[in-house]
Amino acid sequence: MPLSKRMELGRTDRLVVLGLLALMLGVPVLNLALPETALLHVDTFTVTLLGKYFCYAMLAIAVDLVWGYCGILSLGHGAFFALGGYAMGMYLMRQIGDRGVYGNPLLPDFMVFLNWDALPWYWWGFSSFPFAMAMVVVVPALLALVFGFFAFRARVNGVYLSIITQALTYALLLAFFRNEMGFGGNNGLTDFKELLGFDLQSDATRMALFVTTVACLIGAYVGCRAIVRSRFGRVVVAIRDAEDRARFLGYRVEHYKLFIFVVSAIIASVSGALYVPQVGIINPGEFAPLGSIEVVIWVAIGGRGTLFGAIVGAVLVSFAKSWFTGLFPEAWLFVLGSLFVLGTLFLPRGVVGILERPSS
Amino acid sequence: MSPHRESAPRSGPVVLPGAPGPDLLHGAILYLDGVTLSFDGFRALDRLSLSIERGELRCIIGPNGAGKTTMMDVVTGRTRPDEGQVYFDRNVDLLALREPDIAMAGIGRKFQKPTVFENLPVFENLELAMKKRRGVFASLFARLGSEERDRIDAMLGTIGLAGERGARAGALSHGQKQWLEIGMLLMQEPQLLLVDEPVAGMTHQETERTAELLVSLAGTHSVVVVEHDMAFVRSIARRVTVLHEGRVLAEGSMDDVQNDPRVIEVYLGA
Amino acid sequence: MESDDAMGVGSPIVRSRRRRVYALVLAIFFAAIPSWSVRAEDAGLEAALAGLASRDFREKGAAVAAIAESEDPSVSRILEALLDARLFVRAADARIVGAEGEGDDVAYFDAATGLAIDAADAAGLKKIIVNNRMRTDLRTTLARLRLASPDAEVREIAAKSMMADRSPRTLELLREAFSKERDAGVRETLRVALALSELESDDPELQLGAVGELAGSLHGEVRNALAALIERSQGDPAEQGEAVRAVRAAAEAAIASIDRKRSGLALVETLFFGLSLGFVLVLAAIGLAITFGVMGVINMAHGELMMLGAYTTWGVQQLMPDAIDASIFVAIPCAFLVSGAVGVVIERGVVQFLYGRPLETLLATFGISLILQQAVRTLFSPLNRAVETPGWMSGQWVVNDALSLTYNRLFIVAFSIAVFAALVGLLHATGLGLQIRAVAQNRDMARAMGVRGSRIDAVTFGLGSGVAGLAGVALSQLTNVGPNLGQAHIVDSFMVVVFGGVGNLWGTLVAGLGLGIANKFLEPFAGAVLAKIVVLVFIILFIQRRPRGLFPQKGRSAGVT
Repeated sequence: MPLSKRMELGRTDRLVVLGLLALMLGVPVLNLALPETALLHVDTFTVTLLGKYFCYAMLAIAVDLVWGYCGILSLGHGAFFALGGYAMGMYLMRQIGDRGVYGNPLLPDFMVFLNWDALPWYWWGFSSFPFAMAMVVVVPALLALVFGFFAFRARVNGVYLSIITQALTYALLLAFFRNEMGFGGNNGLTDFKELLGFDLQSDATRMALFVTTVACLIGAYVGCRAIVRSRFGRVVVAIRDAEDRARFLGYRVEHYKLFIFVVSAIIASVSGALYVPQVGIINPGEFAPLGSIEVVIWVAIGGRGTLFGAIVGAVLVSFAKSWFTGLFPEAWLFVLGSLFVLGTLFLPRGVVGILERPSS
Repeated sequence: MSPHRESAPRSGPVVLPGAPGPDLLHGAILYLDGVTLSFDGFRALDRLSLSIERGELRCIIGPNGAGKTTMMDVVTGRTRPDEGQVYFDRNVDLLALREPDIAMAGIGRKFQKPTVFENLPVFENLELAMKKRRGVFASLFARLGSEERDRIDAMLGTIGLAGERGARAGALSHGQKQWLEIGMLLMQEPQLLLVDEPVAGMTHQETERTAELLVSLAGTHSVVVVEHDMAFVRSIARRVTVLHEGRVLAEGSMDDVQNDPRVIEVYLGA
Repeated sequence: MESDDAMGVGSPIVRSRRRRVYALVLAIFFAAIPSWSVRAEDAGLEAALAGLASRDFREKGAAVAAIAESEDPSVSRILEALLDARLFVRAADARIVGAEGEGDDVAYFDAATGLAIDAADAAGLKKIIVNNRMRTDLRTTLARLRLASPDAEVREIAAKSMMADRSPRTLELLREAFSKERDAGVRETLRVALALSELESDDPELQLGAVGELAGSLHGEVRNALAALIERSQGDPAEQGEAVRAVRAAAEAAIASIDRKRSGLALVETLFFGLSLGFVLVLAAIGLAITFGVMGVINMAHGELMMLGAYTTWGVQQLMPDAIDASIFVAIPCAFLVSGAVGVVIERGVVQFLYGRPLETLLATFGISLILQQAVRTLFSPLNRAVETPGWMSGQWVVNDALSLTYNRLFIVAFSIAVFAALVGLLHATGLGLQIRAVAQNRDMARAMGVRGSRIDAVTFGLGSGVAGLAGVALSQLTNVGPNLGQAHIVDSFMVVVFGGVGNLWGTLVAGLGLGIANKFLEPFAGAVLAKIVVLVFIILFIQRRPRGLFPQKGRSAGVT
């Protein structure tokens, strides 16, 4: 039965990928090719909103990979998302050139404002797109590697691990708020002009960003699916369910955890890098512990340990948030809070769990 | 205390130099000497010395808190003793290794509470236990060969779970989980099996089959069984060790041990 | 009367004033004979004030002297106004008018009578100009007046102000005041002020004596004055007399001793700040430690339970606005009950269904924290509420010039110790405590012995939550009471619990105090934010070295899956 079930998941995977492909190709066509008056025209605002949701979905997949499959409840994945966002933001800042308010060709506005006279060393190279993209991968991977190395080697587990991941993102939040850090302090990085020479405000650029986002989401989904399907993925599930048994069978548990944690951090970081040019700003708020916990609830509501549940949850909850904060801004936290409580109490397997139940 | 406690190089490498004590030359597969471990003043192990011969089936009994499970924790690397020595297969210093290395060196352990991967099918439980390269990248790109598949199927037959091949391990009965765990141990192809309460929660029939299985393993494997069920111990044991308050109280055949006045006092008296 | 003549011609206002003065004269005449003398002095003040209208500085100077002589109670007020260029001559009638306050709030008064004047009548004012010499005189005069005040507090302030404003002229004044002074506190201040003035003289012997007097003093001016003295005496030692060199050496020694004393006191102060922060952390974390230790449950809504405690304090103050001093003692039990009750509801309503699933519990209680936050925001407002500080808790205990401890922090230290002691007592000396500890150690065994686990869970959760409420009462005296109060403290509380080791009250105490003190000692070097980051990073690293905190629970069962 479970083997046939896995075949069934394969069908779901194809559905997910095909659906995403359809959106990836269809939405830009509906935006660019149809006149604004047409019934099926999708306006640019909506496309950007969808793009944002899909960035969240990718972040949710990253969290599902570590939580759903390996039992590592990270309350600090927002940190990796934000780091990726900052790396992209730094590139976009350098692209502004002398078009800033102060017109300084060398320094971003906030540095001029702080009376800095030279670019700090860690900003070097960020005017190059390939370098910035390399940093999107390298910086969070290194952070995850170092953090995970110590945490997993010392067998920090369960709630303890959750709390120190939260402390990690909280420490970064405080650090990035400081002007002296050289990342724009409270205001973060914003007023971006163009990406690879394309105007960020133009519809065509926005469509390209949307297509890239969905493509990356598909890539992350398929890649994660391959990982969890491999023997590696089954070892990881084994570790989640009986860590000691896995260890006494000879598996180096900390290596497995470290690998999956780093992969997850990179996915989160890439989603952050895609997010920033679409929303046009990155600030320390993205490090807030609340944001990271919200990601966890997307996964929980969607159904953890399924990957597509993460996509469903992220899009569903984010959509609900946009809708509620538009109509009843007061009520949103009530709804979110209730989602946490009711989701954990009554939907241990998430929305996907409800859909699956009749078939099994 | 044994005389070569001082002479053995404590900080030395895994391999012992050429002048080991006589115990090591007798072909012991597992050798503990002067192992002491305290938790908050409570002596769980008190200068415990123990030697298991290659191919032997040894039963270890003792009242609760005698140090049986703690001894297994020390051997498998979960707990580090305050002092003492633990050697495996003549020259492997187990105190210098971590759990996965000890497992890979050839020691398999079955927990007191049956521990299997509940969310994986029975087949995959055995597949993960199979002796193979355990590295991250090796398992990322691992493929299951048809010969390996056959071996797993054979093991399913051995442990009587051929019918449950695709069932989720969590859905098995308590006794079936015990067998599955023993099967996983065997897939590891260990030289030494440490088996903690293998028949707890089993029916009479299951117990009998387990006894048969363990007895058949002896000879090709060395087996250490910790058990409370005296009838079961009697049915399989050739040599029995009684632990009490962290040290060996008596050792010998089941009859010898049962007639030992100190053992009787511990079990019946205090 | 004389001033009436000076007032000149008859606007309606002047006429009404005149009538009032007549009435006053009549009243005085018939009322009491001794009043005559008062009026006579008033007349002296009026006459002296007239001199201020002159253009001649010498005449003005004489007028100032005369005003000072008049011994009228309002002399200081007038002279201060003159010194600050707030005294005017009204063009219309040449009366002297003073101004007080700034900007739109300026109020005018008649210098002679001290009565307020409408702004409308304060037209055509001409400022009375003083020169430097007059200013010096004025300061001396004012100082003398104040030093002679019957009020010890006024004398103290005057003596302090003279420390900053020292000159040979003040020396005599201080000597005289010092010889007359009886109040010990004022006498001490005068002694320092006098020695400071002596430092300014050219007589090395006098200076040497003054340095000796000042050696132990912590007053801020003393160090500056000594440093200035050393600065002045810089030069070729060969050319200087023996006496000058001796003075300088003594001054240097005095500065060194002052610096030593100050750094010692600074250490004490930092330690106190660290301890008080540490006790706040302990108070905030200890409830969490109880629920975590006993039930293995992380209560993410713990911060919001503190917030409820703080709002309860505010609510109690709203109900008894006339007894703020006592309100805190009503608020303490109320906050415990409110937060405790909410805690029990959370446990019965949610947590008990998630037993054995700690990560789910964490998420569910986090959801509850969001709901509680928004509930407070909706019910009250998103804005901070003003919780008043009881009178007995405001102000500070001044140990000496360099060290003072605020009463509210002292109160919080005492309060935390009391709560901690009460909890230790409860857990170790009562039947309930025994049951709680039994469940914490071995749930199944405790149940087998007849302890009703679910009831103990509810009670424990309620207890931990109630303590959170108590922490809220304390926090309401330190920080803003608003919907975000809990969030601001929750991460710190977790750090304390995790650092101290689960299920160990003493671990929580040591961890809380240690982190508080570490934070405060790091702040001068790193700044508040960086200090916090350093502490967080330290804990992250620490947990990785010792995953079970400072005081781990040991045993075979620890760490078994």
